[in-house]
Amino acid sequence: MELVAVVKRDCKTCRLVEPVLAQIRERAPLALYSQDDPSFPESLGGAQDDTALERSWRLRIEIVPTLIRFEGEKEVARIAGWDRAEWERVAQQSRLGPGLPAFQPGCGSRTQEPGMPERLALAHGDLRLNSRRIDVADPEDAIEVAYDRGWSDGLPIVPPTPLRVAMMLSGTTRRPDEVIGLIPPNLSECTVEKAAANAVMAGCRPEYFPVVLAVIEAALDPRFSMHGLLATLWFSGPVVIVNGPVARRIGMNSGGNALGQGNRANATIGRALQLVIRNVGGGLPGGVDRAVFGNPGKYTFCFAEDESDPDWTPLSVARGFKPGTSTVTLFHGDGVQGISAGRSRTPEGLARSLAMGLCAVCHPKLAEWAGAILVVSPDHYAIFSEGGWRRTEIEAGLREALRRPGRDLVQGAYGVEEGIDPARAEEMVDKFNEGALLVVRAGGRGGLMSAVIGGWSAQRKKLEVQPVTREIPT
Amino acid sequence: MTQSTYQMLDPTAELSSERRARRSPPASLDGATIGLMSISKERSLEFLDTVARRLTARGLKIARFEKPTHTKPASEAVIQAMVERCDVVVVGLAD
Repeated sequence: MELVAVVKRDCKTCRLVEPVLAQIRERAPLALYSQDDPSFPESLGGAQDDTALERSWRLRIEIVPTLIRFEGEKEVARIAGWDRAEWERVAQQSRLGPGLPAFQPGCGSRTQEPGMPERLALAHGDLRLNSRRIDVADPEDAIEVAYDRGWSDGLPIVPPTPLRVAMMLSGTTRRPDEVIGLIPPNLSECTVEKAAANAVMAGCRPEYFPVVLAVIEAALDPRFSMHGLLATLWFSGPVVIVNGPVARRIGMNSGGNALGQGNRANATIGRALQLVIRNVGGGLPGGVDRAVFGNPGKYTFCFAEDESDPDWTPLSVARGFKPGTSTVTLFHGDGVQGISAGRSRTPEGLARSLAMGLCAVCHPKLAEWAGAILVVSPDHYAIFSEGGWRRTEIEAGLREALRRPGRDLVQGAYGVEEGIDPARAEEMVDKFNEGALLVVRAGGRGGLMSAVIGGWSAQRKKLEVQPVTREIPT
Repeated sequence: MTQSTYQMLDPTAELSSERRARRSPPASLDGATIGLMSISKERSLEFLDTVARRLTARGLKIARFEKPTHTKPASEAVIQAMVERCDVVVVGLAD
């Protein structure tokens, strides 16, 4: 039998049990390790030096003091913190610590300090990262090295050090070498580790990583057509809408300036996808990315839906997921076009007003062409809501208001060559294909305005190009 | 001052594409098979039909190909068929 105890000086309970450790050692072999100061405990002549924490890591110590009994190589009993009865059971000794309280909780092991589990897992081979390691002589140069190697979207990146990547990987239970899928355009394998490196560069925190993985998987769904979205001449890039409890948990913004700057999760989750496309897939502007203009959302475009009204059906639920499920929805979107609609006081009038703004998507005379996201502000929603309109009524009202006489839209009408097939002059024509208009709630109070995010012209091929919603596993 | 080593993990796929020299255009189209590839975008057939008529009128051999949608890459099978059957390929891109 051998007893092993792990302590640190910076722990009141470890100092409390010092006489107990002396008692134990008088009667049995005791190996003692100190995590912070090998001269502690002085009365026992100090401890073995475990300031590098290797022994503590191997013993999976989470609390100090911890007392463990081994029979040969095998651990047979363990107690963390001070508990007289338990210590006596583990040490197989009686009358330990007379005069001490019966119980006192221990302190956190130094192996549990932030970043330490990952540091130790890397140092001791428990976490193997397979990416090539690139030496940078001076840490100050790391961001410039990343630029020189073409890893950046134009903004500085967070250097993907092994420790940062290991910490990102702590945000998921998935193995680093698991392949998520093939990233266009080069159809290169993307492992969880490569996704983590790019999420680090984008500025993500580990708790965002499950969202990032779901976003990548949604982008790889064949219905989304990520290759075509990258390659298109059109403005669009992936727009990410997050629903469910994860949005609040990671502090996403669905309120004021939700489509703008200033929130780390909003900013970095969208950017992580774009960096994966760039770095793993090889999708570069001027290469396979043939955009005539692009749009600023191609740096990042991600926001959460406002689900604060229990009467509102969130986008995820409208798209078939259970309430309370965290999801990402990917849409092929352009920039934001504002609609000012301050005079409507009825749901019907407001729907007609918003529809006029939506008709501008792609071209006012095109129909059944690109889709759109309509982001309804709280003040506009209040008008709908007071009139008894929720998602179903709003979508129906918009659909009706977005149905126009073909004669106004045909090529040549109003002296404008652009337009729909002249054969449709006598029809009533929908602006959007079924399912191509996503209505979501976001934004801050104080403005009778809503936002249109126009879609990709290839959404007219409704069977080939669709928004995709995917559950974020918890 | 000691020079500490700072490491970054390569975030790329760590693949390098093989660069091959582009084959020079044939000196003559005599006897050549010319592939006409439609990406199935609006009006690309209009363009390719015109090209086909003009090339056929010159006595050239034409082979037609298409991918089902311009929104996705061509399948391996379509690309392989073009490689096997054609000496020259014209692709109708864009609108």
